This record gives sequence, structure tokens and C-alpha cells, in this order.
Amino acid sequence: MRTYPITQRLLAGTPMGGAAERLGAHVARLGPLPGDRRRDIIPSLEASGLLGRGGAGFPVGRKWRAMAERRHGDAVIVANGAEGEPASFKDRVLMANRPHLVIDGAILAAEAVGAGEIVLYVGGEHEAAVAAMSRALMERGDERRPPLRIVTAPVGYVAGEATAAVHYINAGDARPTTTPPRMSERGVDGRPTLVQNVESLAYAALIARFGEDWYRTAGRSETPGTGLITVTGAAEQQGVREIELGTTVGEVAAASGAGSHAVQAVVLGGYFGTWARAEDVWDLPLDPAGMRAGGLAFGCGIVGLLPEGRCGVTATAEIMGFMADESAGQCGPCVYGLRALGDATARVARGRAEADDLDRIERWTAQLPGRGACHHPDGAVQLLASALDVFGDEFNRHARMRRCSVTRSRLDVA
Amino acid sequence: MSRNGERRLRVDWVRCDGYGLCGDMLPELIDLDEWRFPILRAGPVDRDLLHDAQRAADCCPMKALILEPVPADRRR
Repeated sequence: MRTYPITQRLLAGTPMGGAAERLGAHVARLGPLPGDRRRDIIPSLEASGLLGRGGAGFPVGRKWRAMAERRHGDAVIVANGAEGEPASFKDRVLMANRPHLVIDGAILAAEAVGAGEIVLYVGGEHEAAVAAMSRALMERGDERRPPLRIVTAPVGYVAGEATAAVHYINAGDARPTTTPPRMSERGVDGRPTLVQNVESLAYAALIARFGEDWYRTAGRSETPGTGLITVTGAAEQQGVREIELGTTVGEVAAASGAGSHAVQAVVLGGYFGTWARAEDVWDLPLDPAGMRAGGLAFGCGIVGLLPEGRCGVTATAEIMGFMADESAGQCGPCVYGLRALGDATARVARGRAEADDLDRIERWTAQLPGRGACHHPDGAVQLLASALDVFGDEFNRHARMRRCSVTRSRLDVA
Repeated sequence: MSRNGERRLRVDWVRCDGYGLCGDMLPELIDLDEWRFPILRAGPVDRDLLHDAQRAADCCPMKALILEPVPADRRR
């Protein structure tokens, strides 16, 4: 029997939750970023199969190569640690505990693509992360590297969206901007900008030291390597884990103290993700490539376990309400449509559905995606569509009979 | 850029305020939702609708409807 966590790479070293690893300990444990590997880090990243961990899962090596081969301009690196997704804790835990790995990765990216500046974009409410990153920066003093500054991101779900991050760094406004122009062409200060999640950068810093073959020794399914996940909900030990990619949902649940009988459904990928019945995904490998092929999303690595006895319609309504609240308020379909979807879902959940609420939900769910400056509503709609699939009977029961079979209650009695 | 002159409609969603004129002028290509924000039909604009599409774009009070060449990376 294997012991969990299966593998520790980013989280190796002193246990989490203590003080951030100091520069001395970091270098003693891992050695400095090797100078000779920096030149061929892009081919190495491509061969490693490392996928971005901010949510979209784009290949990191390909992203860096595209930036390195740009025609002109001094580039900027944005290390994205805003982590506005409320169910995710992995980025703040990483920054609070291993700040130097993140900074190594950002420096590596800057050297690889020829960037003259690095911005560490850290969620301002993640105080331990901000403190650890600031102190780490101080510890590094006057090493040879591009100028590096910390910008604390404002609270908010969309503040971590890549164009919103650039907009905030440029103009103090953390709302997404319309593309084009693409950030890779005109981002921070109008310069070509590479926005990369902090976990992706930290893995790049390890791959630079130990090579792509080392990285690929882990991985039990399609996608090689390891990754950080956040386990929430019906688990005794909630929180951040590092897993070998391809570890199953059931294994993660078991390692977190949640048995299959206690879990009704699972939300994968976070508020931007999808619901699935527990029995359908219990043996599913947490593998970004495999999940995408199956119409699911690894996203930023959230495994949310909905306990038996908790109403999925209500849980979904809470998420939809949150997503509507978190609209940046710029685009009509999101301001009105997402709000209306959130309100209708809430009415259904409370047994107060209007006659055509289910039809409205279906129609708005179909017409909302793709109609905004960013993909915020698209993610919310995807989550709701999956909820209608997984909890469809319950949605009907709530709307038409005003009953909840999970809590065994009548909803129309005050 | 656009090899055979194909054009498409795009909405700048940050600018769009839901006046809905575009949907009234060009129902062939633009539906309106409950709040009068446009729902565009996908794909390039048919040649015989190009003139009407340009007029709808010109009439948008927010300059949020844009008729533009289909970008190269969106073409098969």
C-alpha cells in the first residue's frame, strides 16, 4: 500500500504551515538555479509535458517559446498568484511556504524569453503569501536578475484573470480587458507580457534543476508529472496536497479521510469546473489531458466533495450567486444574464421557483457563453449545465414539487 | 490578412450598453436577449448582408459593434 501524499516535489522539505523556507535552506536543499540549464530550458519544458496550472492547462514550454520568438519588444513576466478562486488554496500555500521556488521560476522565465521585468502578482488577502514573498525578495538582495516587484492583487474572483491582472498592474483596475490586442503583444506598459501561474513557475524551477526526464518519472495516466490540488468538503483532512497526476478521485478522497459512502457528488476544477456523480468519477484519474478529453476540467486542481445529506441544488445556487456577485460589472450579458441565472437558481433551491424558471435557466445557460470580455460567465454556465445534468431530478423536484429529497423537507412551508 | 475578403461581426462587450439597435436593424444576423444585448450568429457575414452589417455597426451609439476581417487564425 502506498503512503500519501504520493509524492512531494514542490512541497518537499520542511512541513507546510511552518515558516516560509528561507533562501539559505532553499539553496542548501535544491542548489542554485544551474546556469547551464537556463539556455535550453524551453526545449526541456516542452519535453517535460508541463501544463499551466492557472486553470487553462496550456503547455508551458509552448507558451514560453512563442514569447521567446516574438518579433520585437522587451518582455515582462507576470507571476500570477492572485488565486481569487475561493475553493483553491494551493497557490497561497505554495507562496507562503516555498516563495523562492516561485521567484526562481519567474527569473528563469525572464531569462528564457528575454524579459526585462518581473511582476509578482499576489492576492492581497493572502497575507501569509504576501509576507513570505516580500521577505523572500528582500533575502535575495542584489543577485543578477531583472528588476522584480510585488503587486498585491485586490480581492475578487476575476482579479486573477490574465487580462485583469495586466489591467490592474497598468492602471489599478482589476477588470478584464477586451482582446485583441493580446497580452503577448501588448501587456504591462504596452510590452509583450507572459502571464504564468505561480505553481507552473515553481515546477519550471525544479525542471531546470533536475531535467525533464526526472519530471516525467511521475504521472500515472496521460499527463506526466505531479501537481498541487485542493481538497474541500466532505473530508476530514481538507487542504492542499501534491499528487502524482493520474491519481484517482477516490484515492485522493480516501487519503483525505472521505469514504465513497459519504460523498454524493464531486465538483472538479472549482467554480469554473463541473459537477459529477461520485460513483461516475471515483475511479477517474486526476489527469488534465485525460479529463479534458472526457469533457471535464482539472482546472486549478480543486476536488470538492459534496457530502451525502447536502443538497446539490443549494450548493450550486450558492456558487452561482457568488459568481454573479463576482462579475466585474462591465459586460451586459454577465451583469444581467449571470445575475438572472443566479437569482433563478436560488429561487429553485429555496422552493420559490416561478413557473418558467427551469426553462429560463436552460435558455440563459445556452445563450450566455462567449458573450463577454473574459470567460467568467462561461465558467459559471458550464458549472450550472453540469449541475442540471447531475442534479436534474432534484432541480425538477425543487421547482415543481417544492421538495428536497436530500434534506427530506418541504420547501414551501415557511 | 483576410484572403478572400471575408468579414465578421464582433461585439466589444465592455462598450456595449444594450441599446439593441443592431438587433432591430439586422435581425438576419443578430438576436437580442431579454436585456437587448446582442446574440450574434456565428461565422462570416454573407456577401449580400455586408452593406447592412456595416450600417448596423455605424449606427451603434456605443461603437461597440465592429465589422472586421475574419482573423487568419479563425479560418480553416
